[in-house]
Amino acid sequence: MLDFIQLLLSGTATGAIYALAALGFTLLWQASGTINFAQGEFVMLPAFMMLAFNAMGLPLLAGFALTCVIAVLVLGWGFKRGIADPLLRFGMMPIVVATLGLSIAIRNGVRAGFSAEAHPFPSLFGDKLIHVAGVTLTAADIGTLAAAVLLVLGTQAYLSRTVTGRAMQAVAQNTESATVLGINVPRMVFYTFAINALLACAAALLVTPTYLAKFDMGEGLATKAFFAAIIGGFNNSRGALLGGVIVGVSENLAAAYVSPAYKDAVALVIFMLVILFKPQGLMGQRVERKV
Amino acid sequence: MKKSILFGLAGLAVLIAVPPFLKSYGIYLFSTWLVYTIANMGLNLTVGYAGQKSLGHAAFFGIGAYTVAILMQHGVSFWIGLPAAMLGCFVVGLVLGFPALRVQTIYLAFATLGFNTAVWLVLRNEEWLTGGTFGINNIGRPELLGLSLESPLAYYYFVLGIAVVLAAFMWKLLHSPWGKAFTALRDNPIRAESLGIHIQTYTLLSFAIGAVYAGVAGALFASLVQFIEPAPFAVGTSFMMYLMVVVGGPGYFFGPLLGTAVGVLLPEWLRFAQAWYLFVFGGAVVLLMLWLPDGLLSIPDRIKARRHAREASAARAANAAKLGVQA
Amino acid sequence: MTVNRRTLIACAALLLATAGTQAQQTVKIASLQELSGTGATVGTNFKNGMDLAIREINAAGGILGKKIEVTHSDTQSNPGVAKGLAQKAVDEDVLAVFGPGFSGSMIVSMNETRRAQIPNFTGAEAAAITAQGNPYVYRTSFGQATSMPKIARYMANNLKAKTVAVIYVNNDFGKGGRDMVTKSLGELGVKVVADISTDPGKLDFAAPVLQAKQSNADVIFVYTNEEEAARALREIRKQGIAKPIVGETVLTSQKVIELAGEAANGAVAHVGLSVDAPVPAMRAFRAKFERDYKYIPDHNCIKGYTGVYVMKAALEKAGKIDRAALAKAMKGLTVNVAKEPGVLMDVSYDDKGDLDRASFLVEVKNGKQEVKEVLPPLGKKGA
Repeated sequence: MLDFIQLLLSGTATGAIYALAALGFTLLWQASGTINFAQGEFVMLPAFMMLAFNAMGLPLLAGFALTCVIAVLVLGWGFKRGIADPLLRFGMMPIVVATLGLSIAIRNGVRAGFSAEAHPFPSLFGDKLIHVAGVTLTAADIGTLAAAVLLVLGTQAYLSRTVTGRAMQAVAQNTESATVLGINVPRMVFYTFAINALLACAAALLVTPTYLAKFDMGEGLATKAFFAAIIGGFNNSRGALLGGVIVGVSENLAAAYVSPAYKDAVALVIFMLVILFKPQGLMGQRVERKV
Repeated sequence: MKKSILFGLAGLAVLIAVPPFLKSYGIYLFSTWLVYTIANMGLNLTVGYAGQKSLGHAAFFGIGAYTVAILMQHGVSFWIGLPAAMLGCFVVGLVLGFPALRVQTIYLAFATLGFNTAVWLVLRNEEWLTGGTFGINNIGRPELLGLSLESPLAYYYFVLGIAVVLAAFMWKLLHSPWGKAFTALRDNPIRAESLGIHIQTYTLLSFAIGAVYAGVAGALFASLVQFIEPAPFAVGTSFMMYLMVVVGGPGYFFGPLLGTAVGVLLPEWLRFAQAWYLFVFGGAVVLLMLWLPDGLLSIPDRIKARRHAREASAARAANAAKLGVQA
Repeated sequence: MTVNRRTLIACAALLLATAGTQAQQTVKIASLQELSGTGATVGTNFKNGMDLAIREINAAGGILGKKIEVTHSDTQSNPGVAKGLAQKAVDEDVLAVFGPGFSGSMIVSMNETRRAQIPNFTGAEAAAITAQGNPYVYRTSFGQATSMPKIARYMANNLKAKTVAVIYVNNDFGKGGRDMVTKSLGELGVKVVADISTDPGKLDFAAPVLQAKQSNADVIFVYTNEEEAARALREIRKQGIAKPIVGETVLTSQKVIELAGEAANGAVAHVGLSVDAPVPAMRAFRAKFERDYKYIPDHNCIKGYTGVYVMKAALEKAGKIDRAALAKAMKGLTVNVAKEPGVLMDVSYDDKGDLDRASFLVEVKNGKQEVKEVLPPLGKKGA
């Protein structure tokens, strides 16, 4: 029984990581219909930036702050103006392919320009072992989970309690009406991109100590994030957290009780079932088919 | 239409005439280009003409390749393996079409992605059947009417032959009422249904036929490389295939040929950029999309559209001048 | 316009294919490495090791007076691409081919180089490579068939283990190693009570480590890539498992020590090549590599470096720059580090392409590799 709890808690900590990447991805889709297949690289790039700042001698949090600023400029504004804006009106295909190309470019750019090896990344919380009722966790596990929950709830609160947040939601639900109401739609969309960039930076800070900074760290993370986003609900922020935890926990339990080789299959089956029977996700709202 | 036929014949002439002058690496590249083009022709039907979303095409590529490889391992001829692969892919393609009846756009895209991952997992784990990560080695090449296809050039012409046959079939399909039904499905499914087109059937068929093309390509791939393992049939390849179809021009007949050239040949030309060549490739794809969101083959249409626009505005200006004078 | 495009493509392909002109005044070698994709770390390190050796050799006048000219090509960790590149190397009529490092790609390209009778050096470790009777393939490190019996012997005799839990990565490298170690342990009467596969890139080792713990095995054997090994070590420490942790080369490599931190202490591995070995030539190599590339070399770097020097020694023995002569000289070749410092350690080759060399039993103490024991070459021991 204790083992089961250990796996559950471990899986939840890992799942929180997936949730952070999933959250930004979901927001972007909701607000602007952008499918960002470079989401994994959006986490990888800030990780390497922070590593570079750290190597230059800056303390971790200062590097984080600086990276956030750069990320909002480049991955937020730059991405929106450069890729999303010109391509969104052409439907899903061009933006999918453009972000695929972007992910190839960023991934191989870092590999060629920096290094092909994995690098350790300083942890915010440290590796202290904490024993609670026969189960062992590291300070980082608890810290990451707490931070992820805070970020998700914070984003949710921002979107539903503040005027700007509400405006962003309005844009996501019905762009034409939002414009008629006098909302500055392009600016709201930009805010969404900016939030995605910030969440990606936060994900990088929390995730990389475990994941280790490597040029291809984005690939695995992105796939899990997509699954988490769909399972949780593509149009609900809290859903991302639920989805992430489900993926993380089911992986662990499947590996231990079903078969290590097919552990991904359990998350996959859940994913397929959700898509087929509840495509709006476990927490999402139904989206009507437009004629 | 006549221009397309001319273009096609010219292209065919090049594809027939050039390879004898290439060394084995060049021939291998051309063969790879054609194999992926066949697979992408299928994807073009599903995505470009029928407007579906499929990010799992590599799964059929893999099913085709492994069917042929496993059967040949057990002594069954390639010529029985190939139809078996085609049938298998058709059936599995139909099955994959079912989620398409329930979900749309991005959810469908992810459902196909999930399917691809599931197939890849089976390929990797069921070592007793597929050799797992060790793969299947020493896959032979078929014999055609007593002629051995072992040599690179002979096999290339074999692949070219099959590609031409399949392209012709696709051409017929697209210019038949079926083809119109597919594009109706893409452009306005509800209206299509109101006109009496059975959307469900055509959706399923678009997946199934697309899958068969990928299956044939997979079978040819197995005998080309003569070694297969699960990695080339994972989601990454599906992404690349999608990329190739969109870059070439979805819904254009020669889109796959051009798009596959970009996906297969372009990285080779960029090798001079040393370690940065894939970075340049990724960047090139982004720029290509920004410049031509409808793919490379949309260039003629764009020029036409611009010309029309210019003529139309000139006509408008002339009319306005006439009216102005009158008023 | 579209016809022009077609011609352009054809011309470019033509140019590409004829790009390899024969240069008789150099020793031309083709290097096929995984420079992108899942094998990028292995391939890049092998390439860097090769480049360092080539620079040194050329600066000292080359081999038999001729400079080495190398072209590195990226296989993208894809056997299909590797096969094409092998054909390209054959087209370009090179003297020798180095790589690929991935077993799958190696097996495919090996068919091409064998057909063209081109000597092919590789760092790939799969047992199958030298088991196919190919007289043109040569390893630059132990095959799993050589390394696993050594570490199995350590577990059975030194650790007196009766049961072992094996955690391995689910690809041909990991599975090949698992197959080999299970077989070797079996021959020594040791049972593998837990056979735990993990995915490449696996993040969370809670489940595998838990399974190992529950199996109550005497020893935990970890055979994965660097990042996963680091995560496994951390998880083992986190779950408070006190059993000995044993591995092969990767487990105690510099990279893993760097990534796992304290959790790496106490791990023991059989290491074929270690920059921390008490061998002066190895230490000198490490210093040179760090000076040029600014990071600590791993075993792949050593493989690339020594591979080039082995080729040099064989060519000098043969007395001419010729493929057939090189292949002949490689059979039964023994290179002493005294005569050729570039090989870093004495090495002998058999006629299958396997090599025999001393190796080390390494334990991680205080974040450093410490050599516990030097295991002499099998040939000397006669075992």
